[in-house]
This record gives sequence, C-alpha cells and structure tokens, in this order.
Amino acid sequence: MPVNIRIPTPLRKLTNNEELVEVQPGTIGTAIKELQSRYPGIEERLVDENGTVRRFVNVYVNEEDIRFLKNQDTPLKEGDEVSIIPAIAGG
Amino acid sequence: MSNDQGFMKALKCRECGREYPLEATHVCEFDFGPLEVVYDYDKIKKSLTRKQIESRPQTMWRYRELLPVAGEPTVGFQVGYTPLVKADRLAKRLGIRELWIKNDTVNYPTLSFKDRVVSVALSRSRELGFKTVACASTGNLANSVAANAASAGLEAYVFIPSDLEHSKIVNSLVYAANVVGIKGHYDEVNRLCAEIAGKYGWAFVNVNMRPYYAEGSKSMGFEIAEQLGWTVPQHTVIPMASGSLLTKVHKSYQEFCKLGLVKETPWHIHGAQATGCSPISAAQKAGLDFFKPVKPDTIAKSLAIGTPADGFYSLRVMKDTNGHAEDVTDDEIREGIRLLAECEGIFCETAGGVTVGVAKKLIAQGKIPADDSAVLCITGNGLKTVDAIQNHVGKPQEIRPSLREFESILSPKQRSEVKA
Repeated sequence: MPVNIRIPTPLRKLTNNEELVEVQPGTIGTAIKELQSRYPGIEERLVDENGTVRRFVNVYVNEEDIRFLKNQDTPLKEGDEVSIIPAIAGG
Repeated sequence: MSNDQGFMKALKCRECGREYPLEATHVCEFDFGPLEVVYDYDKIKKSLTRKQIESRPQTMWRYRELLPVAGEPTVGFQVGYTPLVKADRLAKRLGIRELWIKNDTVNYPTLSFKDRVVSVALSRSRELGFKTVACASTGNLANSVAANAASAGLEAYVFIPSDLEHSKIVNSLVYAANVVGIKGHYDEVNRLCAEIAGKYGWAFVNVNMRPYYAEGSKSMGFEIAEQLGWTVPQHTVIPMASGSLLTKVHKSYQEFCKLGLVKETPWHIHGAQATGCSPISAAQKAGLDFFKPVKPDTIAKSLAIGTPADGFYSLRVMKDTNGHAEDVTDDEIREGIRLLAECEGIFCETAGGVTVGVAKKLIAQGKIPADDSAVLCITGNGLKTVDAIQNHVGKPQEIRPSLREFESILSPKQRSEVKA
C-alpha cells in the first residue's frame, strides 16, 4: 500500500487536477522529490532555496503537523496520509 | 458582478508580490503566501477626508473607502464605532499616566470585534455571488457569521472545536446555523476547513475570503485614531491568536498617515498571548523572527491557535514599532478580567483578561513607560466565557427576606451607615 498525498487546490494545476497522489514510503523529503520527478515545478512551491518547507505551507502526516514530528525527515510508511495545507487566519 | 471594483485594485501576495484578480482566493499559487488587497490610494485620498468621515454615520463603514467591498456594504452596516473609554481607575491600578479601553465587548450584533471582519467578508461574499458562507472558529467568529448570515438570509456552516464554552455554542446555534463541533483543537478545525473549502463552493470567511475578511480589523484602529482626536496612540496592546488583528491595527495607523488623516508620530504595537498558547510571544521574547507551533492549553480559548497564520508578520510589526510581547497564566487572565470589571465596569471575555494582564506586566517592566499613554483593545464580551470565571468571583450571600438577617451579614462599618 503506498502513501497518499492530498494535493491542495493551489497546486492542482501542477498535478493535472489530481486531488490524491500516491508515492512510495520513505520520508517527507523523499516524497517531495518523488512529486517533483512526476510533476516538475512542485518542489519549489513547497520548499525554499534552502530546502526547508516554506513558512506558509503546513504539512501533516496522519493529521499531525510535521513540525511536531521530524519535519522533512518525518518517516512515511505504507498507508500513511499526507495533507499539504496553506496557513489560515484566526477565528 | 460589475467591473467596478470600487477602491480596490487587485489581490497581491505578501511574500512575492504576484498579483491576482479580486476573487475568492487567499493564497499565492506560487509560494502559499497570504494574499492582501491592494487599494488605489490616490483615488481614496480624493474621497476620504476628516470632514467626510465625520459627516457619516457612526459605524465602521464611515471608513468605507479603506474597506474591501466594490459597492456599498450589504451586511452589518451598524457594526463598529464602539466606545473608547478613558480608564482612569484602571490606569491608576496599573501605574500609567493615561489609559484607554477600546471596548468591543459591546460591538454590534454579537459582542466581539469579529462583527467587523464578518461584515466585510459577508458583504464581499454577496458581491461575488455566494449563497453559503462558512468559517473555522474558536467561537466569536462562529457567533458573528451565524448572526450576520441569518440577517442577510445566507446559509451558514460554522466549524468549532467541540469543547468550546457553552455560551459560545448556544450563541451560534440560536441563529439556526449549521454548527459542526470538531473533536480537536482549533488548528485541527482549520486543517479540516481548508480541505472542505477546497472541495465546496462556499465563501469561507477566514479561508478563501481571508484577504477581504482580515481587512475589516483595520476599522478598530481607524476608530481609535479618530476617537483620540485624529491621533495615533503611543502604545496599543492587542491580543494575538493568529496575529491578524495586530497586523491590521498597525496597517490602519499606516494608512491614516499615508492619507494625511493623522500626523505621523511614533507608535508601539504590543502583542498579548496566554502562556498556555504563546508561540508568538515566546518568539518575540527570544528575539526570533519565526515561531514554533504549540498545542494550546489555556482558558483563553478564543486565542488558542497554536499555528498562527500571521505570526511572522506580527513579529515583524512588533520589531518595526519597538513593541513587545508578553503572556499571562490562567490565574493572571482571571485577575485581568476582574481588574477591568472592578475598575471600569466592563466585563470582558478571557482574551480581554489576557490583554489587561499583559498590559499590567509590560507597564511593570517599564516596556510601556509609566509617563506614556496606552490603548488596550478589548475584543469580546465576558458573558461569552462565563465558564472560565464563574467559580472565581464568589457567590451571592443568601438570606431570607428579613431585615434582621440582612443586617446580620453587614460589617459594623456598613451598619454605621444607617440614616441619622
């Protein structure tokens, strides 16, 4: 079973409107690389020049923010769900 | 929708400057940076003068040119222009020369500053043709969306953490909104709402309508400056959840300066958080320009946002204005609520207790000098968070309807006050 990545609306132009993309287990870092190889241009949307996740991009593995886990090194095993979500204003 | 966009020009990414059309969209497709409304200030300058403003009704819409709707507002035109109260008794208690309370505990119609942002967001949603509005909320926004949508005949969905204060839940349900309680904290509600907003064609006031919504907060700052006799206050203390209000009050002072409505004098913007959810104040105190997300644990539920979307910008505003941040414990929050109530007769919610508590600390630390003048932004009504304080204000003394029993509970001093 692969890892499922939920693609947010602003990035779907790059994934041919695919909402759910499957990648191989590994880490958040390897998943981003795999996305880039299939959808060129997506990497620079998610990470900055230094390779860290952009500050307005929130990444969750099974509903947990990767900043509470191991950031890009957060492991991804089979069946994990990854969400990529822009930061939202308060309420 | 007509082509006339009023005084707006475009949406623009705050990070990279890319421009977007004035639609229901909130993030830059390139770097996910937040989009902000760009105005035609030359056009505004011709239309917005002190005289013009003073001739208009006393609501937030007297600054209409600086609020992002294309035509006239259609939702919430009675909102705003809440009292700016000179708080002499509280000033004395906190040890400062002059203190003002911007009292949004009595904002119309749902008793918090959120009516400002919702009035803008729903007016703009209608302009863009939406029939259904929604929000992710820590409570106050839910109340305001539910009420204002009801009066405008819009369908409303509000998403809240399921453990909110009882009165905030009732205050959303009563307007017959669709209230969805999420088993999780606000950041989780937010995440879900981002996904729902991507899927359904609704106007989510703080998701796809955020560029318009957030601008509504500027009206609080416009009013403060006008009510102080067209002067920007030396110090403004503002509660921070996502940090949006803080950045927008700062922007309101900048815009008034740019338009020549006030003289440009130095001002300091200070941020207030609860210690149980203090990602921004912790970063400010450590001298960082980024924050670390936290899992909230505080009675100030309306400020319980562990991943504040405007955290970076709030830190920048405090840095640029030589402002400071502080945070206070649950006990200090309750003390703040009582201080404001006992000194000024204003009953604020927990976020107000945070603001008063932080002001007290900053004055004691000399970060707000005792000789200066400060404004505290009090953003919500205490009747909404009674749960937080009900066991900390004592109990009524119960007696039978008997004069003897009444006198038995008086102190000798009180008893000496009988008429001669």
